[in-house]
This record gives sequence, structure tokens and C-alpha cells, in this order.
Amino acid sequence: MSVNTHDNHAGLREPVPGSPHDRRPGGGASPRGHTPRGHTPRGRIPRWNWRTAQSVKGASFTFPFLAGFALFVLVPVGMALRESVYTTKSTGGLGFGGQTVSFAGLDNFAAGLVDGPFWAGMLRVFLYALVVVPLTQVLSLALALLLDAARRRTAARFRIALLLPYMVPGIVATMVWIYQYSPTVGPLTPFFEMFGLDVNFFSSSMVWVSMGNLAVWGAVGFTMLILYGALQSVPHEVFEAARLDGASELRIAWSIKVPFVRGSLVLTSLLSIIGTLQLFDQPLLFRAVTPETITRDFTPAMMIYDQAFKVGNLNYATALSVILALVVGVASAIIYRFTNREES
Amino acid sequence: MSDTTLVPDAAVEEAARKPVRRRRRRIDDGSSVAEARGSSRWVVLGVLVALTLYAVGPLWWLVVAATKNQRELYTTSGLWFGELNLWENLSTLFTYQDGIFSRWLWNTVVYSGVGSLGLTLVSLAAGYGLAKYRYRGKGLTMGLIIASFLIPGSLMIVPSFILFVRLGLYDTIWAMILPGMFGSFSVYLAKVYAEGAVPSELMEAARIDGAGEYRIFFSMGLRLLSTAGATIFLLHFVASWNTFMWPLVFLKGVEKWPVMLGMYSWLQRGTDSTVDLTSLVLTGSLVSTIPMVILMIAMQRYWRSGVTLGSLK
Repeated sequence: MSVNTHDNHAGLREPVPGSPHDRRPGGGASPRGHTPRGHTPRGRIPRWNWRTAQSVKGASFTFPFLAGFALFVLVPVGMALRESVYTTKSTGGLGFGGQTVSFAGLDNFAAGLVDGPFWAGMLRVFLYALVVVPLTQVLSLALALLLDAARRRTAARFRIALLLPYMVPGIVATMVWIYQYSPTVGPLTPFFEMFGLDVNFFSSSMVWVSMGNLAVWGAVGFTMLILYGALQSVPHEVFEAARLDGASELRIAWSIKVPFVRGSLVLTSLLSIIGTLQLFDQPLLFRAVTPETITRDFTPAMMIYDQAFKVGNLNYATALSVILALVVGVASAIIYRFTNREES
Repeated sequence: MSDTTLVPDAAVEEAARKPVRRRRRRIDDGSSVAEARGSSRWVVLGVLVALTLYAVGPLWWLVVAATKNQRELYTTSGLWFGELNLWENLSTLFTYQDGIFSRWLWNTVVYSGVGSLGLTLVSLAAGYGLAKYRYRGKGLTMGLIIASFLIPGSLMIVPSFILFVRLGLYDTIWAMILPGMFGSFSVYLAKVYAEGAVPSELMEAARIDGAGEYRIFFSMGLRLLSTAGATIFLLHFVASWNTFMWPLVFLKGVEKWPVMLGMYSWLQRGTDSTVDLTSLVLTGSLVSTIPMVILMIAMQRYWRSGVTLGSLK
């Protein structure tokens, strides 16, 4: 171990000369030990082998993941692109009977691009997202600011209660709200009757409000948590300075705190828009109780599900999935660009 | 690079910062106007209480409703207890259709448990490899991982179905366990964490002592990564407990369903058959939610760090 130490500093992943892995014949003390990570032919024979072995072992840690990732992510993505350019003419059920597969080019996409119900569903989720996402953000931001303004111990107590909806499984949350809306068991119908209002939460005009309320209820806690976390990292000296300058608490919230959490706001909006465009679970559960309002192609994801597993047109459903993925991607890119530009 | 290495530091920093912050706050409480005071303080509290009632109200209703018998469910106010009927409801729930509910619950535990354990091991190994070794193709792997964040879930479902039918995995428990084991976000999380938590000097020392690379990982790396492991396990366990569309598509047999799908089938049947399953769905909802709430509250530290990491991604 009498070698220089700066060889170690050259790269921590380098072998320590003289270590048992260092199988150079001359041992660590040989002057060759000074060759920094050589691609020199001289160092190649023993040392290269050693390093290859370590690299391969290091890389091999990722092999189980890569194998699974290739099979369960890359292959399906490839198949999505492939299946969408074929059509399957089948005689039976889910397309397992006698069938002929033929190349269809972009026919599925062409059909998808002019598919009325599909784009009607897309419009629905877009309008829905346009209301629900900003509403969630505003409410969460207000909550985060309120928590930030409350005493720390008070805030900790409220935080747990406000996070409860986030801990409830989405399906359970949807079912609980379906029962809240239910005219027979739910408390909301009698509540509104007290004010002389006869509200049918499952009517076609109200069902979006009903679902939107459920979405806001489920998402506010989580979004609030992220925003509150971001608020906590604002240096408090800034507030003190603002207060000394005579700024009111509201002014501080609006002019200092909100700009500080802007990045988190953009991110949580993006995540919730991506989720909303692919809306599936909630409308499907609502469909169980009000099938005449929530049609089987109510949202794009529901239409894909219906085409694939009820109609059995897997190729067309795949093409629709690709279109939906592209719409989601374009929408996220636009929002990202838009919000980033505003920032600068 | 600096972006990613920053994250575990931030987590450590947060832990280290806590007492300091508290001290600072205490001073604020005494002297300056750190928090809202006087009337505005009551406004703050009032709004917080109102929103808390909104958050907790429906859950309170669920707890109350699960304790009522069928008749009282329809006749009494949903906001306060009637005759306590919880045990009867539970025994109906667990005996209905030869105890299919306990079967569903067990399936959910198996899918979530085995899948999360597999995911945790696979991700920790991959994250460790990516963080601590240098080799050709590493950049490509990272590129694939980051790019896969952009794939929306709805794109995967139909092609995965075709693939699973071909592989013979359709309608088997493996359709529930295997695909979840290779989450790229978990690998990313493990990599970010490993960069900060596994010192290269320690690995060198182990090498000098004659330990092989695999031995170093299994006896040292895994232990150093246990926090990341707990986070990954927890986040996936919860997600997998709550998953709905995947089993809806991939599991045909009632016997293999997880609990969420099972309750959906009850909700569906409750409306078009003569049997009223409302009480079962409500009690089932409560039973399947309680473990999640307990787990999330008990392990707050882990999922909150995971959520923060997720928001930094």
C-alpha cells in the first residue's frame, strides 16, 4: 500500500492499487500503478480485465430491471405502434376465433381522428380538466398558505386530517361519494332539500359537478402537502424583511410565497392534467349507478376500454391509445412551455 | 447531475433542520408577528376547520354507515350512529358467498406484498448499479428511465393485454405481480438515494477486505439503502392496493380478484339485482381502507419523502 494517494482521487471507482482485486503482477508498488485509467496497450492486459469485470458486475445490477422493463414496457410500447397499423377481421368474441390480420397502414389512425364519440369524450375531459385542475390548485394553495399562517402545532394537526382523503383508495373514495349523492342513503339530498333544492347529482348536467367535487376532495390534500412543503423552504428572513417594510400578511402571501411555490404549482397541475385526460375509474364507477348518463364512451379511456374488451377491436383500441398518449404529451408540453415562458 | 445529487441532501437537511426551525418558530411566537394574530387568526382557523370537515365528513359518514343495519341505513340520519350493528355487518361481509371477501382481501395482500417486495429488490439493485458504477450503456439506461416517465398508463393497457394473452399470463396472478416489479420511477428514486447514501470509500474498503461486488451490495448496500427501500415498498404497496383498471382488464376469475374489483362488482350488482348489497359495499370499503390509513399514518416519514422526490423529478 505504499502507492501514491492521488491515484485514489483520480476516481473513486478506480481500484485501490494493491487491493486483492488488483491482480497486476508487479503489485501496487510498480510504477505502472500510476497510469491513470489507461487505454494504453501496456495496462490493458491485466488491468482492463479487472475493470471490465467490475463494470460488468456493476452493470449486471441493472439487468433484472432492464429485462423486466424491456418485456413489460418496451415490448408493449412497440406493440402499440405495431398493432395500430393492422386490422383484424374476426368471426368470434374477443378476436380469438378465426381471424385474418391484414396491414392497414394508417387507416386506424385516420378513423380515430374523425371518430365523433372519441373526440366528444376528449372534449369532455378537457373541459372538465379546465375547471377541476385550477380549482384544485387554488384550493390547495389557499390551504397551504393557511397552514403556513397557522401555528406550527395547529398546522400539524390539521394536516393529518386534511390528508385523510389522500390515504383513502380512489375506488373507495368514489363509492363513498356515490353514496353521499345517492337519493336514498346519502345525506346530501336531504341537506339540499332543507333549502328547498331538489338536486339530482346523477343528472347529465350535475354529474360533472359530482365527479369534479370527488376529484377535488381526493386531490386537495396531496397537492396541499407538496405546496406546503415548498412553502416551508422559503427563507423566513424574507418575510421578516417584508414585514419590516410594512407589507401585510396577504401581500406577503401573494407577492412572496406564491411566486416561491410556482414550480410546485406547475408540476402538480401537470400531473393532475395528465391524470384527468386519462380519466377512467371514477366515470366507470358512476356508470354502475347511472348508466344512462355515463355512456360507455364517456371519456377517451373508457372508449378505449370499450373498444378493446367489449367490442373486441384491439387494433383500433390501440390506435386510439396512441392518439390519446399523443394528446396527453402535446398538452403537457404546451402547458410546460407556457408556464415556463411566463416565468422568465 | 447536481440536480439529482441534491435530493437526498435535501432530505437529510430536512431532518437536521427540524429542531432548528422549531426553535426559530418559538422565538417568533413570543416576539414577532410570524403567524397571523387576533381576528385574522380566527379566520384562518375557521376556514381550516371548514375544509377539514369537508375532508373528513364523508369518511365519518362511512364509519357511521358501516355500523348500521340495512333498515337504519335508509331511515336514520347518516351523520350519527344508530343501533350498533357493526359485528353483524362484518360477519355478513366475511361470510357472504362463502367468504369471497376474505379471499379478495388475501389476494390484494399477496399481489401488493409480493409485487412490492420484488419491485423494491429490483429497483434498489438497479439504482445502486446506476449510481455506483461506471460502464458503457449507463447513459442509455438513464435515458430510457427518464423517457418512460412520459408514457401515459392508458397507452400500455391494450398492448399489454395482447402481450399477456400471448405469454399465457392473462388471468393469472402473475399478471398482477410481474409488471409492477419494473417501475422506472422506483429505480430513479433508488439511484438518487444511492448516490447520497452509499459512500464509494466504504465500497472501496469492502473491496480491500476482499468482498466481491455482489457481496458488497447484499451485505452493505441493501442496508444503507433501507430507507429508500421502505419508501419504494410503501409507495408501490399502496398504489397496488388501490389499483383498479389493471385487474379489471387482466383478471377474469372472481377467485383471483383484488378487493377493489370485488367491491366494484358488488356496487354494480347492487343496482340491478334484488339483493341490496349497499351495506356490504360500505362495510367492505371501511375494512379495505383502514389498513391503508394506518399504514400511511404510521409510515408518513417514508411516503412523504417519496412524494417530495416525486415532485422534484
